[in-house]
Amino acid sequence: MGEEMSRKPYVRKFTSEWIFRHPRYLRYLAREFSCLFIGGWTLLMVWGLKRLAEGPAAWAAYLEFLKSPASIAFHVLALGFAAYHSVTWFNLTPKALPLQIGEESVPDAAISGAHFGAWAVLSLAVLYFAGAF
Amino acid sequence: MATSNKPIVWGPFAAGGTLTAFITPALILLTLLAALGQAPDLLAYERMHAFAGHWLAKVALAGVVFLSLWSAAHRLRITCYDLGVRADTAVATIVYAVALAATGASVLYLARI
Repeated sequence: MGEEMSRKPYVRKFTSEWIFRHPRYLRYLAREFSCLFIGGWTLLMVWGLKRLAEGPAAWAAYLEFLKSPASIAFHVLALGFAAYHSVTWFNLTPKALPLQIGEESVPDAAISGAHFGAWAVLSLAVLYFAGAF
Repeated sequence: MATSNKPIVWGPFAAGGTLTAFITPALILLTLLAALGQAPDLLAYERMHAFAGHWLAKVALAGVVFLSLWSAAHRLRITCYDLGVRADTAVATIVYAVALAATGASVLYLARI
């Protein structure tokens, strides 16, 4: 009789099917997957620091390694996902940093817009400093 | 009062999320240019070595590495949970350990430059 339990504990069966239930969930997951690309690219940079510390030959080999087709494909994907992360992050800023001046609350578009503007300026500054143009 | 380590975990996540939102696309564009054989001037060995040799740049680079990896690790942990991996403690230990180990490695490499 020991086999028979007086109650049947409910064990929820987990499936990942929820992802496809609504486009919103897919967009959510795309945003979350950006971490693989941002994290992966950062690890690639840590590797670059190692090669830089090892001298000119190692650094040249690293730059050569970056030119592989797999690296180019990864970079294109990483750029897309990183930009998507930025867009979702700045779109959330009115929720995270609501701002009130006097009686009026600052409109959402102004708050996220300021972040998008700062993003553009910072990106141009980084590219200019690095001598990309 | 209940103690929680949430702020410690979440603080660097939010900071890293903000930092990566602002600068990571531009940084990826730099290495994408290098991947396409159009490496920006900064990536030439002498300039990169001189740049990374400055103490302020070392601190900035280590900070960027830590915050980027931590926020990615935290997001990966939450995503694993969402996709049905319920071993949260194991996942958290692994992803945060990787973030910390890679940050430690970058500090070591920066010290050698």
